[in-house]
Amino acid sequence: MLTEFGKVLLFLIVGAMFVVGGLVASWLLRPHRPYPGKLSPYECGEEPVGEAWIRFNVRFYVIALIFLIFEVEVVFLFPWALVYRELGMFAFIEMAIFLAILLVGLAYVWVKGDLDWDKPKPHIPKIERSHSPLRASASAERVTA
Amino acid sequence: MDLYAVVFYAFAFITLAAGAIVVFSRNIVHAAFALLFAFFGVAGLYVLLMADFLAITQLLIYVGGILVLVLFGVMLTSNTIDVQMKTSTIQTFPAVLIVAALAGTLIGIFWSTDWKTTTDPPIQATAPKIGEMMLTSYLLPFEIASVVLLVALVGAAMIARREKKA
Repeated sequence: MLTEFGKVLLFLIVGAMFVVGGLVASWLLRPHRPYPGKLSPYECGEEPVGEAWIRFNVRFYVIALIFLIFEVEVVFLFPWALVYRELGMFAFIEMAIFLAILLVGLAYVWVKGDLDWDKPKPHIPKIERSHSPLRASASAERVTA
Repeated sequence: MDLYAVVFYAFAFITLAAGAIVVFSRNIVHAAFALLFAFFGVAGLYVLLMADFLAITQLLIYVGGILVLVLFGVMLTSNTIDVQMKTSTIQTFPAVLIVAALAGTLIGIFWSTDWKTTTDPPIQATAPKIGEMMLTSYLLPFEIASVVLLVALVGAAMIARREKKA
């Protein structure tokens, strides 16, 4: 007799075995001939520069915080969804109030610009067009020549 | 040893081993990732205790949310130039004092608590019961919870927001 969570556990075990089995099988089968070029993260001739653990932009943190709040909201939605059918309209209005209060928060972060993803501006080099007579005549010469 | 005990000890082992890595790892990023397995093991223990809603909450909030925040926190505070992703042992004496006091308190609570046991079978699915109670008997706390969440959201966004460049 398997409970519902027993099935979940079974899936977890099979999933873990799949990963470990694949790694172990390839480790047993493959030839082992490493050299520095092969061991570098990118095998395409690109020299890796610096660390892989970079410093994240702080905007990720704000988004993650907002995400966490709405995730807690989802946790509240979860038991509500299970009993919604029995309680009917009453439960619907209750949850509507709950969500409406939290929507104020969403509106707040939206208006304050926390959701804006300010992209770094690409640096486009400007080509200086000179109008000096010397250069103009030189280019005119080239055209005629 | 039946299957239940095997699963219990497996999850307990995962939790404790991951917790040990969190504490003893010198590398703060490794510690943060080990925390993932510690949280996951605790979720498994909740399932074994028939607390399904708590287990789902643990997975959603801690594994899915808090851990992301911890990782972002680690990645935000450490710089690639002044690499300080390592932890070191400092203030050993105050730490020993605090840990001893905390452990003493916990063990004292453990011994002085009258652990009530029941022979009633556990409730099979707790989430619908919780939902029912939440929407009927505990309606006001439920709605106030949304206000608390709102305050947390506004406060967190305000503190974490990057100052706009003038």
